[in-house]
Amino acid sequence: MTHYIAQRIVQVIPVIAGISVVTFLMLHLVPGDPVLLFAGDKPLSEERAAEIRHQLGLDRPLLEQYWDYARKAVVGDLGVGLRSQRPVRDSILEVLPSTVQLTLAALTFAAVVGISLGVFAAVSHGSWADTATMALAMLGVSMPVFYSSLLLILLFSFTLAWLPATGQGGIERLIMPTLALGMTSSAVLARLVRSSMLEVLRQEYVVTARAKGLAERLVLVRHALKNALIPAVTVLGLQLGALLGGAVITETIFSRPGVGRLAVDAIGSRDFPLVQGTVLFVATGYVLVNLLVDISYAYIDPRIRYR
Amino acid sequence: MRSVSPLADPLSSAAAAAPAFPLAVPKERRAQYGPAGDTLRRILHSKSALVGGALVLLVVLLALLAPLISPYDPIQANQRSSLEPPSSAHPMGADRFGRDVLSRVLWGGRWSLPVGFVSVGIAAICGVTLGLLAGYYGGTVDALIMRFVDLLLAFPSILLALAIIAVLGGSLFNVMIAVGIAAIPEYVRVTRGTVLSVKEREYVLAARLVGCRDQLVLVRHILPNVGAPLIVLATLGMASAIITGSALSFLGLGIRPPIPEWGNMLADGREFLQRGWWIACFPGLAIMLTVLSINLLGDGLRDALDPRLRQ
Repeated sequence: MTHYIAQRIVQVIPVIAGISVVTFLMLHLVPGDPVLLFAGDKPLSEERAAEIRHQLGLDRPLLEQYWDYARKAVVGDLGVGLRSQRPVRDSILEVLPSTVQLTLAALTFAAVVGISLGVFAAVSHGSWADTATMALAMLGVSMPVFYSSLLLILLFSFTLAWLPATGQGGIERLIMPTLALGMTSSAVLARLVRSSMLEVLRQEYVVTARAKGLAERLVLVRHALKNALIPAVTVLGLQLGALLGGAVITETIFSRPGVGRLAVDAIGSRDFPLVQGTVLFVATGYVLVNLLVDISYAYIDPRIRYR
Repeated sequence: MRSVSPLADPLSSAAAAAPAFPLAVPKERRAQYGPAGDTLRRILHSKSALVGGALVLLVVLLALLAPLISPYDPIQANQRSSLEPPSSAHPMGADRFGRDVLSRVLWGGRWSLPVGFVSVGIAAICGVTLGLLAGYYGGTVDALIMRFVDLLLAFPSILLALAIIAVLGGSLFNVMIAVGIAAIPEYVRVTRGTVLSVKEREYVLAARLVGCRDQLVLVRHILPNVGAPLIVLATLGMASAIITGSALSFLGLGIRPPIPEWGNMLADGREFLQRGWWIACFPGLAIMLTVLSINLLGDGLRDALDPRLRQ
């Protein structure tokens, strides 16, 4: 087990280094002189441009610049935002709790609803309830998060006036973003759990469990569901990426502060240090969370660690 | 033997024609039409593939015919009908500039659908090439390509697309590139996996033994195996590409107004949600129905084509 964990951690290091190279290069891949990004829209004299270039170290060799960037990033120094003139790290940490709250809420919603619907459909395999549940899941998979968000606002805020449409704080402002964000993932999960449940229910050990006279509920929960959920854990980890991405959209629609909205605003205002910082932060966070998922996966399924 | 359409249901038509040998006819027919006919029959038997395929065809047709069938100009403003609710003159209402929403939805397909097609094309070409090379050559080539794939996978796809747009700027072509690059990893993985499973087969070894060049072995003997899973992946990928593409435009980072694109129309309607629900609802419905029909088609194709699911 320790060997497996160590191996996975070693595999993650080059990926994170790669992410830092990509975010570093973003600035240099923008067509035109990167100095112009920092100077804003004002016309720039040649001397002033050279001065800024020197200040930012853009006149040094690329490798040296990257080394400097990576060294600072490791200790959390992501530079200073152009518009806010605040450290990028502070801007991110300020809104991070809001994104974490939304993502976790949506993940929980997706897991509970997705697994329940999947099991329900599998148990009632072939009946109209199965067909209806799967039609619902198909609809959920095809529903873009920006459309479901708007429909929820239209229904719950404007028509029924039950929930506030925008802002952050309190459970009433968390419900709609959670529903909108978690809906797609729950549908993906429901489809997966159903097919994996159907697969498991055909296995011999389930037949044996039934043959020895176990109550159907015990067969389903203890023998079938436990094994059917193994692929669901991986998919849940991968769905976290979709949720982090979806948060970019939900945060913007519901005017919730968050890392996703920070990134979108930064791209809109061409605030490059902030763009680089948020992209680096979210991608690294995603990789680390997936590492945790992999490790917990090895705990759940012993076959993984001996492979 | 009677000539029966291969499209007809084998069991029911056989049972009706020759009740004495209900199983004999389909078996012969299967041999007669070969594996391709067999696959085609399975596709045509899948309700999901048929309904999805017909709907996709309808959506594409409506987009192609938009200049002929849309009742109004999609961009020309007409302040007199500003925010007009759905009526017989404007079946889907009018937006704040008095533009007919129906016309804009029809024209919107001409922008949103190509994003799906082209970005899937970009992803498939890059992904299949990389997957073939990685699987066939193995070793360092494989390691390098797979590390590149790991790196792409480290970014949630919309974040990667956002980062690419941040560098390139928002435009139709850049959205296609951004969405395409973000989708590469899946194609590499599927292709590489298939190559690994077939490259030790006798016919591949035989081709190499008689002195075929690597390109020929790859293209003629290995690539055809990737076909079926690739068709499924590309179909389902188109659905997610259309969503990502319109999400970028929705965020104001893709195709910009006044060009009618479903994502930016939805963003436009968001500001008027309270006074005119129709401005956002219909373009959203267009995206959803398009994605739904593509997903139905993809699901049907997967059941018919994916050998792992065959009984």
